[in-house]
Amino acid sequence: MSRQLPWLHGERVQALEQALGKRILVIDGAMGTMIQSHHLEEGDYRGQRFAEGFDSSHAHGTGCGHDLKGNNDLLLLTRPDIIANVHNAYLEAGADLVETNTFNATSISQADYHLQHIVYELNREGARIARACCDAFSAKTPDQPRFVIGVLGPTSRTASISPDVNDPGFRNTSFDELRVAYGEAVEGLIDGGADTIMVETIFDTLNAKAALYAIEEVFERRGGRLPIMISGTITDRSGRTLSGQTAEAFHASLAHSRPLSFGFNCALGASDMREHVETLARVSHSHVSAHPNAGLPNAFGEYDETPEEMAATLREFATSGLLNLVGGCCGTTPAHIKAIAEAIRGVPPRALPACAQEQAA
Amino acid sequence: MSLVPRHTVLSGLEPLVITPELNFINVGERTNVTGSAQFRKMIKEGRFEDAVEVARQQVENGAQILDVNMDEGLIDSEAAMVRFLNLIASEPDIARIPVMIDSSKWAVIEAGLKCLQGKGVVNSISLKEGEEQFLEQARKVMRHGAAAVVMAFDEQGQADTCARKVEICTRAYRILTGQLDFPPEDIIFDPNIFAIATGIEEHNNYAVDFIEATRIIRQTLPHCHVSGGVSNVSFSFRGNEPVRAAIHAVFLYHAIRAGMDMGIVNAGALPIVDDLEPELRERVEDIVLNRRADATERLLEFAASYKKGKAEAGADNARDEWRNLPVARRLAHSLVHGIDAFAEVDAEEARLQSTRPLDVIEGPLMDGMNIVGDLFGAGKMFLPQVVKSARVMKKAVAWLLPFIEAEKLRTGDVGKSNGKIVMATVKGDVHDIGKNIVGVVLRCNNFDVIDLGVMVPAQKILDTARAENADMIGLSGLITPSLEEMAHVAREMQRQDFHLPLLIGGATTSRAHTALKIDPHYKAPTVWVKDASRAVGVAQSLITRELVDAFMDKIRAEYADIRERHKDRGNGKRLVSFEKARAQRFDGDWTNYRPPAPRQPGISVFEDFPLDEIVPFIDWSPFFNAWELAGRYPAILDDDVVGAQASELFNDAQAMLDRIIKEKWLKASGVIGLWRANSEDEDIEVLNADGSVLARLHCLRQQADKPVERPDFCLADFIAPKDSGVEDWIGAFAVTAGIGIDAHIERFQNDYDDYSAILLKALADRLAEAFAECLHQRVRREHWGYASDESLDNEALIAEKYRGIRPAPGYPACPDHTEKATLFRILDATAKAGIAITENFAMVPTAAVSGWYFSHPKSQYFVVGKISREQVLDYAGRKGWSLLEAERWLAPNLDYDPE
Repeated sequence: MSRQLPWLHGERVQALEQALGKRILVIDGAMGTMIQSHHLEEGDYRGQRFAEGFDSSHAHGTGCGHDLKGNNDLLLLTRPDIIANVHNAYLEAGADLVETNTFNATSISQADYHLQHIVYELNREGARIARACCDAFSAKTPDQPRFVIGVLGPTSRTASISPDVNDPGFRNTSFDELRVAYGEAVEGLIDGGADTIMVETIFDTLNAKAALYAIEEVFERRGGRLPIMISGTITDRSGRTLSGQTAEAFHASLAHSRPLSFGFNCALGASDMREHVETLARVSHSHVSAHPNAGLPNAFGEYDETPEEMAATLREFATSGLLNLVGGCCGTTPAHIKAIAEAIRGVPPRALPACAQEQAA
Repeated sequence: MSLVPRHTVLSGLEPLVITPELNFINVGERTNVTGSAQFRKMIKEGRFEDAVEVARQQVENGAQILDVNMDEGLIDSEAAMVRFLNLIASEPDIARIPVMIDSSKWAVIEAGLKCLQGKGVVNSISLKEGEEQFLEQARKVMRHGAAAVVMAFDEQGQADTCARKVEICTRAYRILTGQLDFPPEDIIFDPNIFAIATGIEEHNNYAVDFIEATRIIRQTLPHCHVSGGVSNVSFSFRGNEPVRAAIHAVFLYHAIRAGMDMGIVNAGALPIVDDLEPELRERVEDIVLNRRADATERLLEFAASYKKGKAEAGADNARDEWRNLPVARRLAHSLVHGIDAFAEVDAEEARLQSTRPLDVIEGPLMDGMNIVGDLFGAGKMFLPQVVKSARVMKKAVAWLLPFIEAEKLRTGDVGKSNGKIVMATVKGDVHDIGKNIVGVVLRCNNFDVIDLGVMVPAQKILDTARAENADMIGLSGLITPSLEEMAHVAREMQRQDFHLPLLIGGATTSRAHTALKIDPHYKAPTVWVKDASRAVGVAQSLITRELVDAFMDKIRAEYADIRERHKDRGNGKRLVSFEKARAQRFDGDWTNYRPPAPRQPGISVFEDFPLDEIVPFIDWSPFFNAWELAGRYPAILDDDVVGAQASELFNDAQAMLDRIIKEKWLKASGVIGLWRANSEDEDIEVLNADGSVLARLHCLRQQADKPVERPDFCLADFIAPKDSGVEDWIGAFAVTAGIGIDAHIERFQNDYDDYSAILLKALADRLAEAFAECLHQRVRREHWGYASDESLDNEALIAEKYRGIRPAPGYPACPDHTEKATLFRILDATAKAGIAITENFAMVPTAAVSGWYFSHPKSQYFVVGKISREQVLDYAGRKGWSLLEAERWLAPNLDYDPE
């Protein structure tokens, strides 16, 4: 297994593990929320290269055009300044790790915009921009090195749920399709300089298994690996993922990848997420992360938990010994991350349970 | 470094944690085209809906893993595997459990793995085609995150002898864990179960070979499991189902004892070893254990007669013989054997013989279930059989319930529920027989039972209890990890501010565990319930106001005693050093928080305060408690038991209160002061307006061993430290409502009217407390003014919903009574409020209250509790006392025996 492979960036892994040993690390907050505040229009998304609604640097004919507004990942190529500014705002707020803007940068999700062919480029640029921001901050605060999380999103399809109510056996994607799509994204993230790969907002565990499988294949091809981070999504108060698993079953299904961290993000605010984070803290031998939404959406679909409220709740997670990494998802801003970073300062990280893993072999 | 237990964790929608307590994992075998002709037909004919139903039945009958096999020449195995797995993935009650993908074709296995979101099992891989392929397949299994059945099969063939089985399994284990880092707990060996008693001599020892190999494998290859297809062993007795079942039962009994912990078996159909006819058991054991050369002939001979004579006539006789037993034993037999045909007839017969229908449940039915519990515990019964037993129980109970209801009507014991209990088997545990029995028994005794079932997360239990306004919560569990989960529920109940009694039950729970590990986490009553027979008594005691205090006193004393004894053994909760406690002080956030300055600093006097302004602040509950009428006002007035008494008393009190006010029997006076103050560790310096020191208050600090997030409190922590540079304030008060009481008490006593005398004293006490509450509110709103917009009703005031506290010297947060002297001095309370203190710091009139005001938004009441000699010495130094003096005043708090 790739577990026996060397690290691709040994010194950065060492720095990350050292930091994790000392304190609770802070992950950044929402990217989408920050992009929304710019009220971008179709033209902003298209830029010059995609002015016609398709990729002018690529052999495309008419008829390939497509509205691109809302394709936030594309801003990596058309408005890299905005993305870098968001990263910088979070790094300024105290984030130790920033997530690349590559949530939808898979061929499956980009197919909605007819931009499957730029997936590798999106991931590479996503990692490269975040890398540059992190390196600049690491130079400013050498005692607080910053890290790039290469993000693999859930895609817009589910491998274990039927989209057809009349045929529960039907699937609109497959393990292998997902595996190939994720593999392509991982290549870009690694080439762009990501420090870790995070499979996140997992609502179908089988999608995540395909992602992890793809990651292993890429590592094997390259003869080296990066730390893996896993973050699932408990959809609602049923306490299950969208595909029906409990937190503990979710953990059991993915623990084979022996990730650096296991956690939950999105869908729930911090207080509703607590129970499930606590489950991970109990069963997992990995570090535990949480990056919840800023509360539940209100009637207008907006998130209105204040930085103070969210920080107070997450501080309680921390003081209860549940956390190694903490950040924010939908609705969170640099103000939230700053408040969270301050709230958890000085609180010792969750101690990793003694692991029998090394003993048996 | 010590090894933490490593359990195999598989998953469907829910986890399956294979702990030793699970004893034996049943792998459902009916969704296998090679094993079930019926299932094969369904798949061949494309009747996948019916096939899904087979899977559902397997789960319902207790399968813990579902084996799926589509290996059949005329079927597109790969497509059938994918289709079937995708279909059952959409059925939550099936997808709950993990899947075992069973195929001899690797392509089918891989296709199956790509459909599983959970952690499943591959059945199987082996060294049959050499190491290279074995490694390649194992690597893929790992990458898919599955466990694997490893057959004892190598390049030479299938292992038949014990030595070969052990040799191949050991080699496979070394390769997997050594070369691949394959998790050893994810290895499930199948050392091959072959048919015995075939007439071929070499086969006679096959079962023994398997059993012995199992023993060695489990002993020498850490964390792995052993499984097998059990039905092979009896292959030579095809057509003689009773004998085959007997062979399976005997074989499993011995194999499980040797360490076999998983099997593909139709467990629901197995007889119980102890139930086998002795002669049959002996002959079966002879062949299974290969105890004599002629074992096969002897069993064949017997089997023939068994089949013909017994199975048709004799076995029918034997089968029916138990029907001649007394009814109680018949019920037990039905329960143990899961026979539901006679449940109602027998329950009816038993009912006719009993005085009360409930006796049938509490007597024979529960006795029967106890036998089931014992057999299960001893590994002689399996989960599916236990599920069947529960069904018999339910049927019998359902039959009896109308009679129980009728009985209630007849005895006039109708309708009124005793109380409502929310019950659940805790998260991670599926055992609920005990809980169900408790539920039945409680229902029979007029309790409303809301049973949430099994595997219930803490939050769901608590949410339900809130939503249903339950009177208590009952937790059950059988496996050891449930103990920790119960402690977790208790901690959550405390964290979420529950006050309901918590009942703990289930086989592995104990009084000691409850006392040591659960009770300390939860302040409201936490009671261990030994068994169902005690449940009613416990629930009744907790729900009945006249009983609960005495009952809980007894329980708490018991638990305290257990904890005490445990402490003596050196494991008790110890105090932390004074230094450590100090380091873990409450942090008032002095860098950000700015304490409010009072609007009217200095002393304010309230002479002859209008009593009618005080009356609305009275908290009446303690008034009733003073009369030993337990309950909360105003509910107590309608209480079934004490309601009448309470109402009469309350009317008398109101009448007297009117006279007290109109005829000015009592005078209320009080004094308050607000000064600048800063803390220095456990001391508080009270400052005059000019900054000179008015007084130095001495406080005590908790030294409990707490998690880092829970501070060891000291009142001084609520005041800004001197070195923070933050300006802070403290307040003090002394009030009485008892001035002039003596003359009236004397009058009543002279009249031999103790009732009125006590009533007056109790009312004066209430008025003094209410006065303190009233003044505190006025201080918050006006004098200090930090909560000028506070508007709380009396109920909220009683519940201390406001910001700030007013702890009194001599009470748990500041247990040293002598500090009252300082308080009285700086308030000049004797002159200004007419309250004196005795040499032992008791206040006169007794209807008086005094204490400190703290305004910090996070200030809270706490109990200092036990303190170490270190702190006592420090305190003595600060007070200017000798150690002896300090030990005298602090005696109740000493954690040591003074010299």
